[in-house]
Amino acid sequence: MEYEAVIGLEVHVQLKTQSKLFTAVEHRFGAEPNTLTNSVIWAFPGVLPVINYEAIRKTIKVGMLFGCKIPEITKWDRKNYFYPDSPKNYQLSQYDQPLCLGGGVEIELPSANGSDMGEHRVVKLTRIHLEEDVGKLTHFSSDSLVDYNRAGIPLMEIVSEPDMHSGDEAFAYLNALKSVISFAGVSDCDMEKGQMRADVNISVRPKGSDKLGVKIEMKNMNSPSHVRSCIDYEIRRQIDCIKNGVPLVQETRRWDVQLGVTQTMRTKEEAHDYRYFPDPDLMPVMISEELKAQIKAELPEVPFERQRRYMSDYGLPYSATSVLCHDIELCSFFEESLKTYSKNPKGTANLITNDLLREIYSKSESEEDSSDDFESVSEEAVKPSHQSKLAECKVTPENLALLVKLGDDGVISKQMAKEVFAEMFSSGKNPESIVEEKGLRQNSDGGELEKFCIEAMSKNQKAIDQYKAGNAKAINALIGPVMKASGGKANPAMVLEIMKRLIG
Amino acid sequence: MSQIFYKTVSELSDLMDSKELSSAEITKAFIERTKSVEDKISAFISYDEDSAMKAAEASDTRRARGEKLSELDGIPVGLKDVLAVKGQPLTCASRMLENFVSPYTGTSLKMLEDAGAVFWGRLNMDEFAMGSSCENSAFKKTKNPWDTTRIPGGSSGGSAAAVAAGECAVALGSDTGGSIRQPASLCGVVGMKPTYGLVSRFGLAAFASSLDQIGPFARCVKDAAILLKAVAGHDPLDSTSVKVDIPDYPSLLREDSLKGKKIGVPREYFEASGMDAEVRASVESAIEKCKSIGAEIVEISLPHTDLAIPVYYIVATAEASSNLARYDGIRYTHRSKCAKDVVDLYFKSRAEGFGEEVKRRIILGTYVLSSGYYDAYYLRAQKVRTLIRGDFERAFESVDLICAPTSPTCAFKVGEKISDPLAMYLNDIFTINVNLAGLPGISIPCGFSKEGLPIGLQMIGKAFDEAALLSYAYAFERASGLEGRHPNI
Amino acid sequence: MSEKSRIDIDYVAKLARIELSPEERERFSAQLGQILDHFKKLSQVDVSGVEPSAHARAVFNVWREDKAESPIPPELALMNAPQKRDNQIVVPKVVDDA
Repeated sequence: MEYEAVIGLEVHVQLKTQSKLFTAVEHRFGAEPNTLTNSVIWAFPGVLPVINYEAIRKTIKVGMLFGCKIPEITKWDRKNYFYPDSPKNYQLSQYDQPLCLGGGVEIELPSANGSDMGEHRVVKLTRIHLEEDVGKLTHFSSDSLVDYNRAGIPLMEIVSEPDMHSGDEAFAYLNALKSVISFAGVSDCDMEKGQMRADVNISVRPKGSDKLGVKIEMKNMNSPSHVRSCIDYEIRRQIDCIKNGVPLVQETRRWDVQLGVTQTMRTKEEAHDYRYFPDPDLMPVMISEELKAQIKAELPEVPFERQRRYMSDYGLPYSATSVLCHDIELCSFFEESLKTYSKNPKGTANLITNDLLREIYSKSESEEDSSDDFESVSEEAVKPSHQSKLAECKVTPENLALLVKLGDDGVISKQMAKEVFAEMFSSGKNPESIVEEKGLRQNSDGGELEKFCIEAMSKNQKAIDQYKAGNAKAINALIGPVMKASGGKANPAMVLEIMKRLIG
Repeated sequence: MSQIFYKTVSELSDLMDSKELSSAEITKAFIERTKSVEDKISAFISYDEDSAMKAAEASDTRRARGEKLSELDGIPVGLKDVLAVKGQPLTCASRMLENFVSPYTGTSLKMLEDAGAVFWGRLNMDEFAMGSSCENSAFKKTKNPWDTTRIPGGSSGGSAAAVAAGECAVALGSDTGGSIRQPASLCGVVGMKPTYGLVSRFGLAAFASSLDQIGPFARCVKDAAILLKAVAGHDPLDSTSVKVDIPDYPSLLREDSLKGKKIGVPREYFEASGMDAEVRASVESAIEKCKSIGAEIVEISLPHTDLAIPVYYIVATAEASSNLARYDGIRYTHRSKCAKDVVDLYFKSRAEGFGEEVKRRIILGTYVLSSGYYDAYYLRAQKVRTLIRGDFERAFESVDLICAPTSPTCAFKVGEKISDPLAMYLNDIFTINVNLAGLPGISIPCGFSKEGLPIGLQMIGKAFDEAALLSYAYAFERASGLEGRHPNI
Repeated sequence: MSEKSRIDIDYVAKLARIELSPEERERFSAQLGQILDHFKKLSQVDVSGVEPSAHARAVFNVWREDKAESPIPPELALMNAPQKRDNQIVVPKVVDDA
């Protein structure tokens, strides 16, 4: 019998706001314990919440980007449960009237050969709601410590339908969420910093069945590649169990990164009874048409749309667009460059996706990582994301554009361009002055090049004969000495043309 | 001249203006009075003489420089021990918060500080404001100054008793289902619950968020008006606080304000079982008194009155079960020393920290929200709450105010009802509607029983029309001739 | 009144995280049953088409602008802590990461 997996994800994303969701205190990653709190965060007797308007706006923005329905009225509810990381022992969340309903996320599946565009499909969403994050527990051998810096950070929960069927789909889904949400400026989605966390629900059933199998849950996954591996493992495990008649129980499992297996964390001991009820301390919110129109006007182009546009309008190859279009920083770098020089978008894109990114990563990264920047960002602990590296990078979009132009105008060769680029990257100088200073200007003086060619031909009759006999490559033996004689500056295209003419 | 501790705020303020008395002398007088009667009354959970005297001296310095902040500058104000002032204890009369010191100051308390008030003492109450007799305090039982074998009412019993006994000039309390008006009535003082949203709740330890309001206790309507004026106003830290202009209540009080006004008398209130005959007679004669000064009396109907108790005890306990979840033994409360793990820590800390009535209400509130019961209890109660609000809206289309008893009986004996929670809950019948509807209500003394126990008249006004309500109460107070009567302690 | 109301006191006390003594358990069951009987009045009202009131007044759109103010120092935040270490709250070891 064939089996299929049914997978749903609940993804929590911290919003990039100045202040927490229900009180005016700053939030950021990595502060000393309990230095980003106030009386409201600690839930001292008598404190009250007031909602952050920007968090509402940002959530609606994401909902619109995913085509969700934005209801007229939304409200906040208390989710009651006791846990040391939850200061009030209820979480302010949204129960039956969330900010966003329905919608879907476009994802791209990997293609067979990895270099062509893969299949696109839409993963259906159930809802997106806004809630507060909880504090952080650190476990020691005999006790645990609680830090409430994270408590109260605005958290958007994106709930998908059970609409995915493989680790690859879940991986693509998480990457799609990350790129759309970071494009919208709503969150940096840095999983390493816990800005994006995924809960995975997975079950397996005979293909064609419409009944769901026993649900296994995995909580707080912090890397798309872990999610992928763990789903792949779970699917195999669950199918094995079914085939071998081992009963599956509804439970929460954890992914052991080292061993590459999932392990039972706990089986569902009791059904949760969260006693949701409308929070009497917070007023419901009416979302006006005017507000929706305002937010709509601010929506960025989503990455896949941008990718399609780059391919059709600029004729960029899929490979370049797939690197560019999931990174807002790279996109704006590219588009800024085009403002300076627009005649060769392909050359510009290549320079950014190959040379620029290679230089940025050259020091700290292995080849494997650079093929998947999302993973590399999330898996290497100390390394800052390339966004910040791009900001620190000395090469400006204008200078990069000028370099493309110098090549297109025949002022420098491809080889020289690489040298100039390396210098631009280390010094930040503009390419024209580098070319001048280093005397790198390409020699395109026809008369002089012809002299070099005649001299080279006079020394290598054998190569001429071979070329004439049909060995096209033999001409390289003649061009080499010309390049040498010109000090590497000869315009290779011109040399080739002259040489062919002289040989006849 | 009456003793300092029975003077009104206006009188005390005038005496300070004319330099006949300093705030230090006044504060000292209240401290001495407190010390001399506390063993009989037990209104205070704690007090801090040094900080009160310091505040009084600062007030005197301001007045000497001609920088008087308000009429309350230098006046000793008692605080129900449910209000947050940075550096002061905040126990909510609970073992749970026995050693808790507030790290912050609530908005209305900040406003009082800015008005120059001298905070004098933390006043006793039913634990977490749950109760009608002050017997649910974890620390002491406050006695009614008119008869110390009787309860002062609750939950703000300490505030009412302290004001009645002259232990502070005025006091703040909180009212969720009558917790200001009922003890005011039983202790023969003025007590007011403002419109929901008039006074910020930021700094009031929550019992039931959609019902709680802070309000004043005073020995006369004008003092209540002065204190309310000081604490009312919009607060951006409280989402339920409403943006309304706050008029100068004390200057708007008129002796003839009831002239030509229509007073609604709800039929259902007088049909309620359990109303004491003396209370009925006293309230009826108070209404006659209003008529004699020009008011027109009309009978009205509030048809959903008998549903108010179930609605109230469902809504209030549901909210409380969640509001009190933060008292858990983890961050700042009592922590059990015999817990075997973190889950056990919750169970034991809460078992040890909460008193019986609080536990009972948390259990009830948890139950009405729990899976399978939400619709039948909580949701239905919320809908009936809408109907109760509608009753008042309709009534106020044809009347200017509503008059009713505050409490169906006078102060009962200590211990009399403690073992019968339902009987205790039924005692709130006249006050809880007003909280459910979010309206302002005031209790003013209207007479005494044969045993010499005070009886209160409740006036209920239109939303955010505290100016008119206070003025009506003032007119009645003048006409009643009951001003200046004090218990014999 | 027809049937006496019962409450699953153990389940509810567990949800509320309150350990009850056997006496409390007995007493509360009886008292709460009586109170619930009194609540039965509510089921007799017709509430069809009535909107629930979650608040005393129906007000919408109360929010604040996204601005941060100073946090409070950890010493102040932790001054009432029953047990603390390194500016954090100490709790007995939490095993179940719910």
